[in-house]
Amino acid sequence: MIRPHFRVLLVDLTTRKTHIENVPGREIWLGGSGLAALLYEKYGDPAAPWSDPAQPLIFAIGPLTGYFPLMSKTVCSFLSPYHGQYTESHAGGRSALALRFADMDALVVTGKAARPCVLCVGAKNMEIMDAPFLWGKDVFTTGKMIRNMLPGSGTRSIMRIGPAGETGCAYACINVDTYRHFGRMGSGAVMGSKNLKAIAIQGDSSFPLPEGKEYAKVFKEIYEQLTETTMMSKYHDLGTAGNVAALNELKSLPWRNLQATTDPGIDGISGERFAKDMLLRNTACAGCPVGCIHIGFLREKFMADNRYLYRQVAYDYEPIFSLGSMLGMTDGFGVLGLMDCVEREGLDCMSSGVALAWATEALQKGHVTETETLTPLHFGEAEGYKTAIHHLGVGTNEFYRRLAQGTMKAAKHYRGEDYACVLGQEMAGYATGETFFVSESLSFRHSHLDSSAYSADQKPQEKDAPKIVAGFVKDEASRTVLTSMVGCLFARAVYSTERLQQALNALGYADVAAGLDTAGGAIQRLRWRLRMRSGYAPMQAKIPKRYAEVVTWKGPIDTQFMETLRQAYAAKIMEMGQEE
Amino acid sequence: MKTLIAARMERCIGCQSCSLACARLVHKRLSWFTAGIRIGSSGGISTGFEARVCLACDPPPCAEACPTGALTPRKSDGGVKQDRGLCIRCGKCVAACPVGAIVQDELDNPYMCLHCGRCVPYCPHDCLEMAEKGQAHVVQEVAE
Repeated sequence: MIRPHFRVLLVDLTTRKTHIENVPGREIWLGGSGLAALLYEKYGDPAAPWSDPAQPLIFAIGPLTGYFPLMSKTVCSFLSPYHGQYTESHAGGRSALALRFADMDALVVTGKAARPCVLCVGAKNMEIMDAPFLWGKDVFTTGKMIRNMLPGSGTRSIMRIGPAGETGCAYACINVDTYRHFGRMGSGAVMGSKNLKAIAIQGDSSFPLPEGKEYAKVFKEIYEQLTETTMMSKYHDLGTAGNVAALNELKSLPWRNLQATTDPGIDGISGERFAKDMLLRNTACAGCPVGCIHIGFLREKFMADNRYLYRQVAYDYEPIFSLGSMLGMTDGFGVLGLMDCVEREGLDCMSSGVALAWATEALQKGHVTETETLTPLHFGEAEGYKTAIHHLGVGTNEFYRRLAQGTMKAAKHYRGEDYACVLGQEMAGYATGETFFVSESLSFRHSHLDSSAYSADQKPQEKDAPKIVAGFVKDEASRTVLTSMVGCLFARAVYSTERLQQALNALGYADVAAGLDTAGGAIQRLRWRLRMRSGYAPMQAKIPKRYAEVVTWKGPIDTQFMETLRQAYAAKIMEMGQEE
Repeated sequence: MKTLIAARMERCIGCQSCSLACARLVHKRLSWFTAGIRIGSSGGISTGFEARVCLACDPPPCAEACPTGALTPRKSDGGVKQDRGLCIRCGKCVAACPVGAIVQDELDNPYMCLHCGRCVPYCPHDCLEMAEKGQAHVVQEVAE
C-alpha cells in the first residue's frame, strides 16, 4: 500500500510473538537496500556474532514493488556467516509481490525457535509451525511439502533452506520459489541458526490504485519500453548464458580454477548450446514480463531396462561458469547435473563451484589428499563433483566443514592461498582484468553486480585509478537507488533516475522523488558504516596470487596498477564508511 | 461474442502480468488475486502454469445461482455480465463456479472474467486470445 512510513512486521521466533511497527524515513531511506540498512541499524548489533539469536534477518521491498514491471526483487540483509559483517543478498521469484500483498514493507525475523519451524505470514495470518520433520530435507522436497501444508497457490512465496543452511555453511542460500535464490553470503545459514527451515509469505490482500491518470500513463510507457523495444531481448533470448562464449572469446572466462581464461571446449557449454540442446522453457518472477529464467532439461537413466527420470534445472551465466568452465566441464548436460545437486543442498552455486575448483587443484598439488576429499576430483569429471557437493552440503568431515566456511579459510589451513579464487568471496565469472578484480574484492556485496567493472574491463580504458574509483562510487550509488525501489538490475537501462522519479510521482511519493539524487549517496554511506562497524578492514583485503597470473585479451595483468587501484578504492571505502 | 480463451498456457512463464493488468485496468486495484484471470502453478513451479479463468459456460451456473440478478448471461456464447450495484456479496456465484474461476476479496466482492480482453496485450508469450468460442488459434505462428 502507498504510505509515507514503512510498515514493518517483526517476528520473534524465541517468544513466538509478532509486532507491527510503523517506521518513519521513507523520504531518506526509500525502501529495499535503504530500508534494510535502516532496520539493521535499529534492530541489529554489529558487534555481536552473526549467529547471535538476537541478530535480525531482514527482507525489504520498495515503494515501486508490484506497481511497475520488473519491480520484482526483495533485498535480504543480515550479518554474514561468511565474514561476520553486514551484507545484502537479492532475489526475485514471487517474494517481492508476496510481501507487497501481505501488506508489509519489510519482514524482520529475530530470535531462535526452540525446534525447527516454518514461519507463515500474510496480511491476515501469522503462524509459526513446528516442523522438525522437514529438518534434513533437501530444498525441493521441503518446497513440495510446504506447498501441500499451506494454502495460497499462485499468490504466495516459499523461501526455504536445504541441508547447507542447517549445517551452517557460510555460503548456504535461501531458495525462493524453486528457481531463484538469495544466493550469496550465507543468508541460508542465518535461517538455519534460527531453526527456521522456511518462510511462506501469503500475498492475500489488494489495494486501490492511485487517483488520476498519471499512474496508468507511466505504467504503459514503461511496459512498452520493456516489451516492445530490444532493450531486454538479450535477457529472454539466450539469457545471461549468452555471455559464456563471448567471455571465452575475450579470454575472460575462468577455466579450471582460473588456470586458463579460454578453452576450445566452449562449444559444449555456450549459451547457444544450452538453448539448442537443453532449454526446455522460460519462466519469470511475478510482475516481470521479460522471463529471463531459463530452465534446462536433464534426462537421466537411473536403472537398466530404460528406466529414466527427468530434471528441470534453471541455468544462467554464473552457474555455467562456476559449475562448468571453472570445473573444466565441457558437457552442458553434465553442468546441469551439478547445478541440480547444488540446488538440492541449498548451496550458493558460485561459491560451491569455485570452492570445488580450488579443492581439485589442491588435490593435484598434493595440498590435500583423497582422505580429505573422500572422492576423486578431476576437472571435467562430473561424478566426483556430485559426491563432493553433497559432502559440502551436509559437512561430512573436517575438510568439507572447513571448505564450507569459505575457500580462503580452507586454503589458509591447507596452504593453498595462492590459487584460491577469492575476491572478497568466491569469485564471479569474470576474469576480465584489474578493474573487476579490485571491484569484487572490495565492494559492498562482493558481487559482480556492485558495479559495471566487468563491462569496463572489456573495453580499452585509461589506467587512471582515481577516475575508476570515482566510477565505482557513482555506479554503486545509482544501483543502490534501484535496489531500494526494488527493481531488477537487468532493468537499469530502463529505470533512469528520471523514470524512477516519474514512477514515484505517479504513486504520490513526490518527496521521495525529489530526494532521489541524494538518497543513493546516503544509503551507500549507511551501508558502509554498518559494514565498518561489523569489522570490515578494506585496506587488508588482498587479491590472491592467481589473479596476477591471469592473461586476458589485454595481455598479462598489470599488478602494479591493480595494487594502486586496490589502495585507492580501499581508501575511498574507508572515507565512505566514516561515522557522521 | 468473443470470449477470452487461455489457448496456449503451455507457453506461460508465470509473470502474472495478465492478472495484474486485469486488476489494474478493469478493477482499479493493485492485486494479483482480485482479477478475472489468475495464474498458479499446476502443482509447483516445475510443473508449468495454469490459468484460473471463466470458461464461458452456456448457460452460466454462476448467473443461475445469483439471487439478485447482479450476474446475467451475456447475449450469446456463454459468460456473464456483472452489475456491481446489485451484488449483495453473498458468494453464491463462487460456490456455483465449477472451475473455481470466481474469487472474493476481503470485503466479499466477487471477481470474475468479463471477457473484455484487456489482459491480452500484456501477455508476453501470446498465451491469451479473444476469439469466437471454439475458434482460438491453437498454433498461431511458426518460430524462425
